[in-house]
Amino acid sequence: MSVTVDAVMLEARAGSLAKRSIKTTSKIAGIHLAISCMDLTTLEGKDSEGRVRSLCAKALHPAPHLPNVPNVAAVCIYPNLVPIAKDALRGTPVKVASVATAFPSGQSSLEVKLADTENAIAAGADEIDMVIDRGAFLAGRYAEVYEEIIAVKRACGPIHLKVILETGELGSYDAVRRASDLALEAGADFIKTSTGKVGTNATFPVAVTMCEAIRDYARRTGRRAGLKVAGGVRTTKQAMTYLVIVKETLGEGWLQPDLFRIGASSLLDDLLMQYEKELTGHYAGRDYFPMD
Amino acid sequence: MAIFEYAPAPETTKAPIREEYGLFIDGKWTSPRSGQYFDTVNPATEETIARVAYGANEDVDRAVRAARKAYEKYWRKMRPADRAKYIYRIARAITERSRELAVLETLDGGKPIKESRDFDIPLSAAHFFYYAGWADKLEWAMRAGEEPRPIGVAGQIVPWNFPLLMAAWKLAPALACGNTIVLKPAETTPLTALALAHIAAEADLPPGVLNVITGDGATGATLVSHADVDKIAFTGSTEVGKAIQRAIAGSGKRLTLELGGKAAHIVFADAPIDQAIEGIVNGIYFNQGHVCCAGSRLLVEESIHDEIVVRLTDRIQTLRLGNPLDKNTDVGAINSKMQLDKIKELVSSGINEGAVLVQQSCDLPARGYFFPASFFTNVQQSHRIAREEIFGPVLSILTFRTPEEAVEKANNTPYGLSAGIWTDKGSKNMYIAQYLRAGVVWCNTFNQFDPSSPFGGYRESGFGREGGVHGLREYLAH
Repeated sequence: MSVTVDAVMLEARAGSLAKRSIKTTSKIAGIHLAISCMDLTTLEGKDSEGRVRSLCAKALHPAPHLPNVPNVAAVCIYPNLVPIAKDALRGTPVKVASVATAFPSGQSSLEVKLADTENAIAAGADEIDMVIDRGAFLAGRYAEVYEEIIAVKRACGPIHLKVILETGELGSYDAVRRASDLALEAGADFIKTSTGKVGTNATFPVAVTMCEAIRDYARRTGRRAGLKVAGGVRTTKQAMTYLVIVKETLGEGWLQPDLFRIGASSLLDDLLMQYEKELTGHYAGRDYFPMD
Repeated sequence: MAIFEYAPAPETTKAPIREEYGLFIDGKWTSPRSGQYFDTVNPATEETIARVAYGANEDVDRAVRAARKAYEKYWRKMRPADRAKYIYRIARAITERSRELAVLETLDGGKPIKESRDFDIPLSAAHFFYYAGWADKLEWAMRAGEEPRPIGVAGQIVPWNFPLLMAAWKLAPALACGNTIVLKPAETTPLTALALAHIAAEADLPPGVLNVITGDGATGATLVSHADVDKIAFTGSTEVGKAIQRAIAGSGKRLTLELGGKAAHIVFADAPIDQAIEGIVNGIYFNQGHVCCAGSRLLVEESIHDEIVVRLTDRIQTLRLGNPLDKNTDVGAINSKMQLDKIKELVSSGINEGAVLVQQSCDLPARGYFFPASFFTNVQQSHRIAREEIFGPVLSILTFRTPEEAVEKANNTPYGLSAGIWTDKGSKNMYIAQYLRAGVVWCNTFNQFDPSSPFGGYRESGFGREGGVHGLREYLAH
């Protein structure tokens, strides 16, 4: 049986972490961290080769006109576009992450999900973002969800596996905690909040709950798994709060791209604007930053 | 190396502070007849903030006379709806000046700015708003056949742990019911009460309705024994509470006492454990443990004792102790040198009695009165640290095996102000709560307050209630 979660106190705790005041030097350090832990993402039906190439260029050099801006950790895209990204990012430290397993709904057979995963890896993906079977989870078929993660992990081999819980569809923090425990036990390298495709995406209390699961799992087994928050993270303020949550629940050791990621698209522009503001004392307009 | 360390984030709002404060009597600032002043000190820096008038016998008498005059001349006769307007005005002024009041409270008392900003000041305003609404509806607080009538002049003595809030708890219902007041703030934290006197004056509260007399215990004792005071409301130590009750015996004065506590905080094995840890932290480290309803006696089901200790040990390392004005500070300064000495004395008694001390490891600031977040394991019911109120950031952890034992141990104390229960099972929460002899029982939460909710103690934690309709009735003759 999983640890239970009390919603009222959890939300109070998350709310108090969101009130940490991150200013001046810590804001600059936080912006750096957030960029270097970012999975710069495009997951649209209208994604094209050109779109992915410009995303990759930005991933590598987010703001050429500003000093000391790191590259992001990875780009996150659909499997069919992996070869394009791989080509654009060859020889760079930026990883290519591919969604798989019938993203975002996961409503397909295990055979299709495994084939989806294998194709992405064959095309050169460094990391796989899979979705869990929420239908099976909510129906109480936990063993099925668990076995499926194990199967995908086996297909991944050494490739990093992020397991998307889609917390916005799980209905309670108890379920978030249970799904986290289950994914970690099944061998997930990362657990990830959301696909970004449903109404509710990453939230602070959900991130706290997932961090607690990761912390308890590491204490129990010695293995350190990572957290990825995704969906709806648009502002520097939100990103700073996620850093605070990870720092105060898991510890500073988790604040590195191997153990923490933020999946986002427009967030990068806000981080760069805030960064320039910290350096110069004033805000530049949106047009002073490259789009994408 | 730290990769994401929080930079200092001090609150920059300035609170207007005068070098010297007189007494607020009959709507005017006056010098003390005693001619004496005392310093109020910032406990985080040990620097003097201001000189404050010392109210002696003659000053207390002047204040009581002013209150009596205002009672007969204006306040008891005023239309209740008009009384409400003044109270609303005070509530709004507190809201408008909330940030500077928060800074003042933190400077004078040492509590973290995030607590004075998010708890003390907003809740103070909420009490004035709540009781302002009652002023013209008092008959609804009465039983059949009772007429709402004020009592007269109330002497109110408030402590240093929540200076403005405790004043608000007492002033708002007293004013709403038509009483006039002599308020005596604590010696170490007079500044927000004096700021409130300013607010009252600016709100055009008729002179004498609120008088503020600063001083020490002797000032309070003079107020208590003044013949023309009709009601005493006191929040503070059980020892002083008993002295007050002895002093007014036979005088016919009405009395409410809100005194000490040694609250049991019960954690069952089926509790939502991470939230229980947050509840424990809030219960004992909120306001450095200077809380009469603090969850200072943790009763943990034996099977999860070790797990609780591991988690709590880790958790207290993340508490940020230091400059109370920093927005990221979780544990501020101990209110006074005297209180710090008392905490240290009880902690060494715990060590001598064989309990095991665990503390957050952090550097204490070079100046100021600070004590790290601490807890004791291996505590026995007979230890002083399990029986006496420490009133500091020090928790005593005991264990139990069955729900019956939990209840028995929880009630085995002379106090009975608050209690807490953590279990994911709702029925167990309700079942246990009914057996706890405490004025408030928090289930899966701690330190929740609302103006509409009565607060007060059993046994040596006092009698009478503050808050809600119950708190209103304490200021009505019936």
